Amino acid sequence: MSLNLLLQINPSGPASTLGTANPVSIAIFFLFVLVTLYITYWAAKKTKTGSEFYAAGRNISGFQNGLALAGDYMSAASFLGIAGMVATKGYDGLIYSIGFLVGWPLIMFLVAEPLRNLGKYTFADVVAFRLKQRPIRIAASVGSLLTISFYLIAQMVGAGSLIKTLFGLNYEIAVVVVGVVMTMYVLFGGMLATTWVQIIKAVLLLSGATILVLLALAKFNFSPAELFMSVKTQYGADMLAPGGFITNPLDALSLGLALMLGTAGLPHILMRFYTVPDDKAARKSVFVATGFIGYFYILTFFIGFSALALVGKDAIVSLDKGGNMAALLLAENTGGSAFLGFIASVAFATILAVVAGLTLSGASTISHDLYVHVIKKGVSDEKGEMKVAKRATIFLGILAVALGLLFKGQNVAFMVGLAFSIAASANFPALLMSIIWKGFTTKGAVWCMVTGAVLSLVLIVISPTVWVDILGNSEAIFPLKNPTIVSMTSAFIVGILVSLAKPEKEAAELFESEKLRTYLGHGSEK
Amino acid sequence: MDSAKTHEILQSAEFKKLVKTRWNISLSFTFVMLFVYIGFLLVIAYNKDFLKMPLGDSINLAIVVGLGIIFFSWLITGLYVYWANNYYDSDVHEIKKKL
Repeated sequence: MSLNLLLQINPSGPASTLGTANPVSIAIFFLFVLVTLYITYWAAKKTKTGSEFYAAGRNISGFQNGLALAGDYMSAASFLGIAGMVATKGYDGLIYSIGFLVGWPLIMFLVAEPLRNLGKYTFADVVAFRLKQRPIRIAASVGSLLTISFYLIAQMVGAGSLIKTLFGLNYEIAVVVVGVVMTMYVLFGGMLATTWVQIIKAVLLLSGATILVLLALAKFNFSPAELFMSVKTQYGADMLAPGGFITNPLDALSLGLALMLGTAGLPHILMRFYTVPDDKAARKSVFVATGFIGYFYILTFFIGFSALALVGKDAIVSLDKGGNMAALLLAENTGGSAFLGFIASVAFATILAVVAGLTLSGASTISHDLYVHVIKKGVSDEKGEMKVAKRATIFLGILAVALGLLFKGQNVAFMVGLAFSIAASANFPALLMSIIWKGFTTKGAVWCMVTGAVLSLVLIVISPTVWVDILGNSEAIFPLKNPTIVSMTSAFIVGILVSLAKPEKEAAELFESEKLRTYLGHGSEK
Repeated sequence: MDSAKTHEILQSAEFKKLVKTRWNISLSFTFVMLFVYIGFLLVIAYNKDFLKMPLGDSINLAIVVGLGIIFFSWLITGLYVYWANNYYDSDVHEIKKKL
């Protein structure tokens, strides 16, 4: 995957104020941190119980949750990375972003409502609903924590490099600042603060990107056709059509499946469905999220092409090989350094919000799945659970900073793809089968999750993405760049075969009574 | 909860139809979405020239199809919400009255 947020800055690049301390961006960023910390302070007073910490008391409205989901999903990698891909590779960037979007309708059709009705705080609640708690919780935690960790590494390393470029701040300091601020959100404000950070960030990002597109389109008399014309005359018609991104159909299919179904297996996204009062609100939040995310990808498409037409490919590439600075250069080109400062601080806020969501979801896996259901065997008082959740938050905050420092300068772009692959292979198949298949058993689920996680990990290491590009071998052992088509299919097959081999009578019986809850919301967590 | 009552509802034709319709719709919508997106990827993989077909001076089929898929995602998601809000929920409401 080429969402490479590792910037190779060329100091002799074109004249730009990028990389110097921009007073506007520093001011806006401080304002953002102040406001969000105030919200955290407000949220802290309302965050006492488990349901408040993990699920904001289930009081978030469908619309708010939709915005927060969009906030969780629209990372700096999508904003800068996809705009940059369009600005350097043209149309191919759009193919990528469409993959990220089409997972959302599937979340709606397959998991959103049953998830809300069956679960409490984590997606493992659903898988373990009628199966044996301990083995399921352990296996699901492995899948969750792997997904979260790889996603987190990619975000932290991206954050460090990005902030260094945007603000001229030292990489290490940037990573520590991100780690400390996001830990405060989660630790004190729990899900309520995290949700509002996501909402503010989503509104900032969507409005900032909209203004950017309007400013750029104004130079083309607000006519997209004129913009495309300018791209076509400068770079040729091929820039506006699919290029080299997809050549091997199997590779394309595998990546497509990872993006599409991985979205429905991301623990921090799934967790958000517990913040709304019922399945109807869960449904609404997916619709709202799909709308905003789709709109956002249309914006990044126009940002990329506008940057290409107005800033120029050479200028973009000379500053960063992956084109990640395209959106920022366009902001400077169309709105001057003050607007650049605004967009830069929005990108920073974006990273903060995403890592906060990931950390909260990791902490809930550790405290709710592992501590309560594995160590305490389901018997734990709320006080004890909250204590562990808070400790887990601090632990994950430190871990995130440590990983950010450890992986400095490493090529971690593939980790986003790996996170999606594990989510699609380990988390999604088990979640789906536990919802729809009566014959699914504990053993089947455990083997399904283990197969998906292990195959994703092993296959990506021996794939061209790591084996050739990172380890420098001349030929990959596994031919596909993304393993999902093999790892996810195997996870499904193993899950089905193991379940069929030895039916679990109890689980099948419980499936019937579970239906009242799945379809009617009868007995769901309030 | 009264288990005889629960059993009766679970066995009722009404409830069975509710569950069946729900998955008929969900799974068909899922396959349509998969078909559209995977179809798009396969057309790109096998026949890029088709997508290069110009539509007007600067816009081509690829741009229209690409943005079209985003609109389609909205449409199909909205359609599901419309169905669920107007049909599914009222059926659920009817069955729940008996609980």
